[in-house]
Amino acid sequence: MVLDFTDRGIYCPAGDFYIDPTRPVDRALITHAHADHARPGMGHYLSADATRPMLDHRLGKISSETVPYGASLQIGGAKVSFHPAGHVPGSAQIRIEVAGEVWVAAGDYKTVADGVSEAFEPVPCHAFITESTFGLPVFKWTPDADLRAQINAWWAANAAAGRASLIGAYSLGKAQRVLAALDPSIGPILTHSAVEGTNRVLRAQGVALPPTIEVTQDTDPKDTPGALAVAPPSALDSAWAKRLGPHATAFASGWMALRGIRRRRSVDRGFVMSDHADWDGLNAAIRATGAEKIFVTHGYTAVFTKWLREQGFDARDIDRQDSATDESDDG
Amino acid sequence: MKDFAQLFEALDQTTKTNAKVAALRQFFETAQDSDKLWTIALFTGRRPKRVINTTLLRQWAAQAADLPLWLFEEAYPIVGDLAETIALVLPPAQGHRDESLTHWITTLAQLRPLDEDAKRTAIQDIWNHLPTTERLLFNKLLTGGFRIGVSQKLLTRALAQATGQEEAALTHKLMGDWTPDTTSFDALVLQDDPGADASRPYPFCLAHGVDGNVADLGAPDDWLAEWKWDGIRGQLILRDGQFFLWSRGEDLMTHRFPEFARALDHLPQGTVIDGEVLAWRPGAPLPLPFADLQKRIGRKTVPKKLLSDAPAVLHAYDLLELDGRDLRDQPQAKRRELLDNLLQNTPTDCPVTLSPRVDFDTWEQLAALRETSRDRAAEGFMLKRKTAPYHAGRKRGDWWKWKVDPLSVDAVMIYAQAGHGRRANLFTDFTFAVWDGPDLVPFAKAYSGLTDAEFRAITAWVRKNTTQRFGPVRQVTPHHVFELHFEGIQASPRHKSGIALRFPRMARWRKDKPMGEANTLDDLRALLSQYG
Repeated sequence: MVLDFTDRGIYCPAGDFYIDPTRPVDRALITHAHADHARPGMGHYLSADATRPMLDHRLGKISSETVPYGASLQIGGAKVSFHPAGHVPGSAQIRIEVAGEVWVAAGDYKTVADGVSEAFEPVPCHAFITESTFGLPVFKWTPDADLRAQINAWWAANAAAGRASLIGAYSLGKAQRVLAALDPSIGPILTHSAVEGTNRVLRAQGVALPPTIEVTQDTDPKDTPGALAVAPPSALDSAWAKRLGPHATAFASGWMALRGIRRRRSVDRGFVMSDHADWDGLNAAIRATGAEKIFVTHGYTAVFTKWLREQGFDARDIDRQDSATDESDDG
Repeated sequence: MKDFAQLFEALDQTTKTNAKVAALRQFFETAQDSDKLWTIALFTGRRPKRVINTTLLRQWAAQAADLPLWLFEEAYPIVGDLAETIALVLPPAQGHRDESLTHWITTLAQLRPLDEDAKRTAIQDIWNHLPTTERLLFNKLLTGGFRIGVSQKLLTRALAQATGQEEAALTHKLMGDWTPDTTSFDALVLQDDPGADASRPYPFCLAHGVDGNVADLGAPDDWLAEWKWDGIRGQLILRDGQFFLWSRGEDLMTHRFPEFARALDHLPQGTVIDGEVLAWRPGAPLPLPFADLQKRIGRKTVPKKLLSDAPAVLHAYDLLELDGRDLRDQPQAKRRELLDNLLQNTPTDCPVTLSPRVDFDTWEQLAALRETSRDRAAEGFMLKRKTAPYHAGRKRGDWWKWKVDPLSVDAVMIYAQAGHGRRANLFTDFTFAVWDGPDLVPFAKAYSGLTDAEFRAITAWVRKNTTQRFGPVRQVTPHHVFELHFEGIQASPRHKSGIALRFPRMARWRKDKPMGEANTLDDLRALLSQYG
């Protein structure tokens, strides 16, 4: 086995390192900066160049080393390289080659372009470790152009009715994707400080975002009528949101594809916008690798594994937890 | 169906009542009459007859989506709605047939005589020519059940605005035994002839529970008190030599209660009575438990044996129409007086009897009497203001339920099941057990009473603590104790515990209580002997 599935995360014996470990280890390879993948307390971090600014932003002072996308690095008996995963800006898949056998741990990934993340790159391999967050055939994403049109139409309608608009979106990735989708001619764009902190890091890295106004102690959001605000979902029903005055709310997530979940969120609108691959994306990505051996993690693992086996893959369900996820995931 | 799809999306994309009413109103101002009529029908639970069973629909959808059936079946409970699951898995449509809502309903009716293959071809072809939202709505027509977060009240308000009518009058018009095949938009909504349909009931007046101190209602002399019975709320209509019995849920129950035909022998035509249907044997001091009445509901016709085992009576408490005259604007006390006069001389075999008034001088007196409710097979009191008209629907202020405190038991959760629709992929339906020596015996199911946050917490816990699965049901490690409240307790040979509860619900999640301290089967038996 090139990689092993342990209770600390994915382990490579030939290079003595872990990928996105869940507990402190000496050497950690990190796919992206979301909190459930990049945890504090590792002895040494290795990531793609593009991941580093966000890692530093979120984890503070860490011992870390980075390499450009596509560049190889020898660690013990393993040859390692990072490749864009299209999940969020700076996210990576990790390719590991040991004695001619190639495995790819995709981490979280998305196959469609979103305007801010580096485009997903299929990496040929013998074994592919895939997520399955949306591994059911009911999940099929709205084309990006339609999604942009929907969001802007909603914003424009709210502005015309004298209401502000508030979109809940996770501060790394989803928030910037929303920002990149906006048409700034409709009105001013406000941000929550958690979102703006990420924006600063990504702008410095060259990610193009429209001009934004951070809502601080000194700003009064009511001075900017017809504005659209982007905030973490936790701010949707908070004192922070009240400062906007009368406003309509929306939530951007892949889970919004399902009416039941959308209604439980009790927001006015749900935009079907995900950081993850949909059903067709997962299947296409897996085929593009040419891998025969597929390991299925995170999500509807049991169902997706069974499906892949019927498609002729040597697929294994390596999630020991319940397969049913809910929308508390970043989606 | 574009305009109906836009209406659906507008309703679906807001949580605000005003926005929903505005969307409905706009639809009622612009849509074609037959579509408006069908929309009223669908949103008031009058759905077209099912043309295709859901097993076939699942197979055809899986086939059209090129998916194995098992995968479709795995996705369905996650989505929680069959019509939506089908709409989501199908490949994008190859074209758009822009037809009216009525067109699709008519098309479905025309499929009825066709053989299975022809139906499949037709349905798959239609799927292939509708965009996602219209496809979802078309599937809703196929599968029945149009619950989309619009109450009859909202619908009526919007329709009243669109047609410039009184809401209460319109509520009355929309009631009764009509379908889009038996009427038109003009006849149902616009024409002013509520007497046109002999079976048409009046909208029920509903009560809120007393939430504070009963003395705050004011002087006892301003109020009428009656026992609150545990039966089926019913409206008995005697018109044109016929009788009709309606339930509160606007379900016509006439054929399930043939004994009320005898009311025609004793009471005049043009009479409408509001009361409680109870199973009550002649001469018995108390009505039979609700479970016995329940046997009468679940069937279309009633076998003789059941008629004699559980004979039904209407305990009358209000008079809505006399000699064909609508009395609803008359004060409560006046209506009650007319009712008393009407029924005082009826013979004992008349299936309509008077629900007695309870006289009282002080609230304390009534409170003391309320403590005897369970001994009288009552749930407490109904309090009605003597000057009140008979309102349409639930209005605060004039009618109050003053129920006796619920019974309570602490029980251990042992099974969990996911909910549907809004509650799909949350575990919300639980089975509870009490101790019988060292064993836990299941005795009740409950699915309401917790907050969304509590349901989320218990869902996460269930996922981690499942010990076995039986289809959709999870057996969990016994651990959590819940305080269950319920209105009554009865012996039931059909249940393993020998006990059945009335209206069990979760009152509290007793995180403070170790499961060893939950109640026992003996505790339940003691409650049974006291209140059963």
